[in-house]
Amino acid sequence: MMYYRPILKLLNNQINKIMKMKFHYIILALLLATVGCKKDNYDAPSLKLTGRLVYKGEAIGVEYNQVPYELYQPGFGKVGPIGQTFGQDGTYSSLLFKGNYKFTIPPNQGPFLWKELSSGKRDSVAIALTGSQTMDVEVTPFYMIRDAKLTAVSGKVTANFNIEKVVTDANAKDIDRVSLYINKTQFVSGGDNIAATDLAGSAIGSLNNIIMNVNIPGISPSQNYVFARVGIKIAGVEDMIFSPLVKLSY
Amino acid sequence: MKKISLITIIATLLITGSCKKDSSFLDVPPKQVLPTELAFSDPALVLSILGDLYNRQRDFSSLDGYPTREYPLSPSGDVEPGWRTFADFSEAFPSENGSSFIVQRTGWGYGEWYIWDYGYIRDLNLFIQRATAATKLTDGDKTRFIAEARFLRANYYFEMVKRMGGVPLITDPLAYDYSGDVTPLQKPRAKESELYDFVISEAEAIKDLLPADVNEKSRATKAATLAMEARAALYAGSIAKYGATTPQVSLSGGEVGIPAGMASGYYTKALTAAQAIINGSAGTYQLYKILPDLADNFAAVFLDKSSVNQESIFVEDFKVNSGRVHGFTTNDQPFSISDEGLDAGRLNPSLNLVEAFEKLDNTYAPMATKDGSGNPIYYANQLDIFAGRDARLAGTVLLPSGSFKGKKTDVWAGYQLADGSILTSDDAGHLKPLPGTTTPVQVVGKDGVVNGQEFRSQTGFYIRKYLDPTVGSGRRGRGSDVAFIRYRYAEVLLNAAEAAFELGQTSVAAGYMNQVRARAGLTTLLTPANITFDRIVHERRVELVFEGHTLFDMKRWRLATSVWDGIPMTVTDLVSNIGNAKKRNTQPYGLWPYKYYNPGNANNGKWIFKEVLPAPVTGSNRFQLGNYYSQIGNDVLSANPKIVKQPNQ
Repeated sequence: MMYYRPILKLLNNQINKIMKMKFHYIILALLLATVGCKKDNYDAPSLKLTGRLVYKGEAIGVEYNQVPYELYQPGFGKVGPIGQTFGQDGTYSSLLFKGNYKFTIPPNQGPFLWKELSSGKRDSVAIALTGSQTMDVEVTPFYMIRDAKLTAVSGKVTANFNIEKVVTDANAKDIDRVSLYINKTQFVSGGDNIAATDLAGSAIGSLNNIIMNVNIPGISPSQNYVFARVGIKIAGVEDMIFSPLVKLSY
Repeated sequence: MKKISLITIIATLLITGSCKKDSSFLDVPPKQVLPTELAFSDPALVLSILGDLYNRQRDFSSLDGYPTREYPLSPSGDVEPGWRTFADFSEAFPSENGSSFIVQRTGWGYGEWYIWDYGYIRDLNLFIQRATAATKLTDGDKTRFIAEARFLRANYYFEMVKRMGGVPLITDPLAYDYSGDVTPLQKPRAKESELYDFVISEAEAIKDLLPADVNEKSRATKAATLAMEARAALYAGSIAKYGATTPQVSLSGGEVGIPAGMASGYYTKALTAAQAIINGSAGTYQLYKILPDLADNFAAVFLDKSSVNQESIFVEDFKVNSGRVHGFTTNDQPFSISDEGLDAGRLNPSLNLVEAFEKLDNTYAPMATKDGSGNPIYYANQLDIFAGRDARLAGTVLLPSGSFKGKKTDVWAGYQLADGSILTSDDAGHLKPLPGTTTPVQVVGKDGVVNGQEFRSQTGFYIRKYLDPTVGSGRRGRGSDVAFIRYRYAEVLLNAAEAAFELGQTSVAAGYMNQVRARAGLTTLLTPANITFDRIVHERRVELVFEGHTLFDMKRWRLATSVWDGIPMTVTDLVSNIGNAKKRNTQPYGLWPYKYYNPGNANNGKWIFKEVLPAPVTGSNRFQLGNYYSQIGNDVLSANPKIVKQPNQ
């Protein structure tokens, strides 16, 4: 404490001096400080770019946090993407600054075809962002699940649906398996489920009127509903395509 | 007058004197920097430079960890501890709450396992250039130093190509001419096959320049070079062969992916290089067969650093009291035998791994917890359930009531009561009375098992590989100096077996496999017809687990997407299809022992076991196609437009 005494004394003197200063100087200094703060910082990005993955207007379901997209904003020196992923209902949203962007999906991602340029590079969608904007992304899925009817009766979820083969040219791919997933939360996929049944692609005869069912296991704590959807695993494609999510009460 | 002339003379003398001294005064050589010519004039100085280059080698698993987990940064920030580099892929469970992310994530980021240390490559290139230019070294020293640096460079490029695929192959120290134009320094990625070709050709070029000395373990030798060559050629061969099953994982320029036609050429090179070690041309290496107890013997392979150990070929060495030690034993020792109180028990091998060890008749079977009609099986001793297994099980894993430092571990999850309920507590010190009694007794093991209780086993198992039985090895201050084996003879045999199998020489393959298996007590010989791809995969798993091979093996066989498919495991998954190469392995299970309490019953006091998924395990491993080759950072991509991106990213 001995050593601090002179310093404390000095501090006291300073404070006394400041107190003796004219009051409006202090006001002026405070004003300057607050104004300085404002000038230093940029506003956070506020323009919202949102949309869905669609095929002819119909939303495409994918697995949550698995299908990425990239936004490039050229003209700022280093080139690097703003990378994000689609939600499980195929929606996306990014908060961005005003400017010109290019939207693309990296190769071999998603259960769909994305236009490629003759050079083998991935095509991109140019976006001039001046205000919040909604842009649906049109892609060509390998398959679509049509007319899915999911019901929960007597401890069992039953799915009845048709499959439409969309890509039939040289890029066509076979079905590896079809899976019916149920979960107690709204995230339903191969990694997030409480029960699932698989139907091997080779066991599918007709693509119409396919019926699958799965028993609902005991849920703790108990609840009287489950979420369910059907997914198709396409041979050689990592991401599955899903039917719309359904909440089934029983 | 006299005065003036005197002053003038003195002034003149001062001026001229100081003028002369100015240049020499400013030209004092710095004492803290050695000029290149001086540093490369003395073999001891060169060796100290080389020592730094040795220390900067990179392994997947490392007993002393890494200063940083480069990309992405780990949740705990700056340091990747040694034990955690062994804890992934469901082969083990991390019993430290700060590391639970390993079993709670649903896969790996594309940037995981990324390395791009061209600063190290440059230092190696500079070393080679300067050592080549050195004039005061003897030819013998010079040749060996340069060959060692070339070995380290090839080994590091091998490490890069395993993780990144083809990378820019730079073998000269690049110099910038300050012209403002950096394009001459921007090098494109070489083909993946060119990287492997580089490793193989460098190995061929330097193998005879290095000593063939069995007792030289921590510096490059002829055998280390051949072992690197065999492993690299085997990797290249399998990427060529099995990469054909994942055509999406390739780039049109060959930066990723090797044409299938090159497979047999690489397998032949792998077999030739491995056989050069096996036939003794690089020194008398052999399997470690010293101790009568086969499990102790297997554990001693990793502990014995004396000249008796002719199995280890190239190691990362440590030395107590030298400052170069590691905390692997401190972090992983059994809790009740810990030298350091609460610092213990982090790395718990999983039941998934334990079940992979065969029975002595070469068949696969899960641990027998229930009989045919579903009733629990009662064991008089905890170790009985593990009896009659591959000796490597007890050599790799410290089983419940296994011995360490002369004490037995105390692992059990509670009392199983006759009415089907379980009596347990949240800590061994928290006593409870048994039914019908009033005296509180210990109702759970001192070394586990309690869900979520860190630093104690949560799978029922502790690690034994590398666990140092020396007195004081578990203290933080002392640490352990057990070496990490980078290349060893048993792996050379398995590499030779795999290459021979892929070339159709199954009887040669069986011969090498049987040598490794006999050392583990599996004396029933495998016939050539028994050697299948699944057998090869299985043998490498049980022999080489926790040695940094798991990820790279699963990648090169393109099994990773099947084994780690992101789908949570059930007990049925766990106990079926053992020995199948594509068996799911997404969540680490445990085997929890319970003491049966039913006074008067014949089974009172006996042990039953249950397969349990530890509560902290909420995620499941999902390996995506984009994980096969780690993402190249955007900083690299934007600094060098000639670098092409990885596929699927």
